[in-house]
Amino acid sequence: MKCRKCGQPAVVALKRHNTAFCREHYLEFFYGQVDRAVKAYRMFARDDRILVAVSGGKDSLALWDVLLATGYQADGLYIDLGIAGYSERSKEKVVAFARARGAGLRVVSVREKYGLGIRELARQARRAACSVCGLHKRYFFNREAMEGGYNVVATGHNLDDEAATLLGNLLNWNTGYLARQAPLLEASAPNLVRKVKPLYRLTEKEIASYAVLRRIDYIVEECPMAVGARSILYKHLLNRLEEVSPGTKARFLFGFLEKGREAFAAGEEEVQLKACAICGQPTTADICSRCRTLRRAGVKL
Amino acid sequence: MKVVIPIPERRVHEIKGPKQVHAILKELGLVSESVIVIWGENLLTPDVTVPDEAEIEVRPAISGG
Repeated sequence: MKCRKCGQPAVVALKRHNTAFCREHYLEFFYGQVDRAVKAYRMFARDDRILVAVSGGKDSLALWDVLLATGYQADGLYIDLGIAGYSERSKEKVVAFARARGAGLRVVSVREKYGLGIRELARQARRAACSVCGLHKRYFFNREAMEGGYNVVATGHNLDDEAATLLGNLLNWNTGYLARQAPLLEASAPNLVRKVKPLYRLTEKEIASYAVLRRIDYIVEECPMAVGARSILYKHLLNRLEEVSPGTKARFLFGFLEKGREAFAAGEEEVQLKACAICGQPTTADICSRCRTLRRAGVKL
Repeated sequence: MKVVIPIPERRVHEIKGPKQVHAILKELGLVSESVIVIWGENLLTPDVTVPDEAEIEVRPAISGG
């Protein structure tokens, strides 16, 4: 295969675009897709301070790399979930990445804060690990961004993540989630920070290719808590469809964002947020879900 | 050739080469959209022919959570 732009040997084939690129022009394509996402949703500007939520995986490190390479002010936030072995290895990748680029990095340890890792917290609260993990991540994203004076939190959610979430929400008719699924979540309360997903136009394969081409040393192994996750099954199913009909995932997600989401949003009643009586973060109840989970796990608040 | 799949557990497959990348993936029952193929420090497109003496990595690109 030859690069569509220069005719040199290609290193990445993009079936959904019916094209292929050499390294130089693939990176140009990749930056163009991120730029298009940022501009389409006015995610942030050059003078914004961005906090990138990084796990050590390909998506979040690729996102941080793109933002730094294209001149944005982007620091990292690593949440150490206290998962034996995996957390140490992923943290090493993040610290090395930040050090090599002279980038700012904030680190929060779940075990230091609560005396328990996320696995033990979930077990003691009798809740699914990924659900408890999500609650705490959202809490720390917001709290760290507010404390550090960042305007926006950026996450590495990609086209596959969003398409799999969309499929799951449709299969279960989660209309509330469908109304809110978007590449940008505005700060809907004074103590909330805007959240954005600049990689939503790019697939996991495209991001993994970028990471290899940019020599990003990411953690290849899967989070042990995610083994058997329904989202992975949905991704495999969508990739089977993509193989037969290239572009299916993009049409599914982008079509929803352009034509479908509005209908769900219109049917939703506006929720009134108030400050959690314990932690002060926005919630619809008197005590937020994170604090209730911590109580159930026996953590003193 | 040797084909290394690093996760979930490292597996090494012996496949007779030379063979094109898309045929290797087909033989392994893998969907090309779910993996990237690396030879040394280079990424391989589906049409590249891999010689019998090569060692390549087929790295899953799907992550969960």
